[in-house]
Amino acid sequence: MNNKYFINAIRFVLLVLVQVLIFNQLNFFGFINPMVYILFLYWYPINTSRASFIWVSFLLGLCIDFFSDTMALHAASTVSLAYLRPTIMRFVYGVNIEFQNFKLSNSTRVQQFTFLALLIVVHHLVFFTLEIFSLANILMILKKVVVIGSASMLLCLLFNSLFSAGKE
Amino acid sequence: MQQIINFVIRHKNFLLFLFLLMLSLAFTIQSHSYHQSRFFNSANWITGNIYEAKQNITAYFDLSEENEKLIDENQRLRKLLFNKSNSDTISLDSTQLLYTITTARVIKNSYSESRNYITINRGRNDSIKPDMGVITSKGILGIVENTSPHYATVQSILNENSNINAKIKNTDHFGSLVWDTKDYAVVQLVDIPRMVPLNIGDTIVTGAMSSIFPENIPIGTIQKFDLDTAKSFYQIDIKLFNDMTNIRNVYIVNNMDRKEIRELESKNLNEQ
Repeated sequence: MNNKYFINAIRFVLLVLVQVLIFNQLNFFGFINPMVYILFLYWYPINTSRASFIWVSFLLGLCIDFFSDTMALHAASTVSLAYLRPTIMRFVYGVNIEFQNFKLSNSTRVQQFTFLALLIVVHHLVFFTLEIFSLANILMILKKVVVIGSASMLLCLLFNSLFSAGKE
Repeated sequence: MQQIINFVIRHKNFLLFLFLLMLSLAFTIQSHSYHQSRFFNSANWITGNIYEAKQNITAYFDLSEENEKLIDENQRLRKLLFNKSNSDTISLDSTQLLYTITTARVIKNSYSESRNYITINRGRNDSIKPDMGVITSKGILGIVENTSPHYATVQSILNENSNINAKIKNTDHFGSLVWDTKDYAVVQLVDIPRMVPLNIGDTIVTGAMSSIFPENIPIGTIQKFDLDTAKSFYQIDIKLFNDMTNIRNVYIVNNMDRKEIRELESKNLNEQ
């Protein structure tokens, strides 16, 4: 139990540092900054209290916001994502997640992929809608969601296969 | 009463979510207006130190390029100095200076969002205050927005809220410099009336109306111009002299008379 908190705390700090020191400065093609910290919400244990999950996600978003001067945009999108995660999981895994011994690593590749993709799409939609904040620029929002979303997806998949193999 | 409590308990997660979402939206929307982003900026102690540590490591990678930039500037300034007539005495009395300059280093730069901020390693302890102008050797960069004891955030000209007085070089036709968030190398100059003769390649400099920047700091050259929808003002695209993606050493300009000018202007406003 202690171990679980420890791993999550380390993950939290490392993902924030990696995000703000490396990926926020990437500016690939001038605007592509992948958001890898979404992996925290992907890896976060399932059988924990929902309220604490929402709080932790809020803190994560706020930490990123402090570093990147984005007011509270990241916080707003991580909170929405944390609240919607159980719904997304039920959509992807069906009744399987009701079982006590359900683990992410036990699910199939396709399920993991869909789950991660949905998380990223929801997060980026909320984030860029709030950042650009006008319906007149809806094409620009969609363009950013698609392009930056696929970059995030690619990197998250890479990180996921790098770091989750040894675990569990 | 019992029902209300039950309702709260049943929907406590949703209410928590709603509360936190509203909180972050409030912070975000409130800081859309100028000078409100006091709580969320990277000029605080933790973020400043982390960025500074990172900058200390990466600073070595393009050191020679940065040196060349500074030598170029020195050369230009020496040329001005040697060719200046009656330059026999230079006053060192700081009470008579109109502008004072502080140097700083950029520790965090951003240009891919729609509201970009830059963090520099000088702050309140170096007598940096909000509303001072920030320039580089090539042109203007932005305006100081928030300060902490050792760091300050600068609202870049690549920011939706940025609005700087600018004019066409060697004329007195002035307009406002804004950014449409599309391209980090191009900003827009609006409110230039249509009777003004324009040419592609004309230089744009800061205007005299602002009490933040000195007059005639270079900004960029005209890339393209069109009339706006009302057909009475130009909408001008300006290619910046600065490469906004590669900025290291900056100068902070402090106008000593700014306080006096502001007091006078606010008096006018009060009388109206």
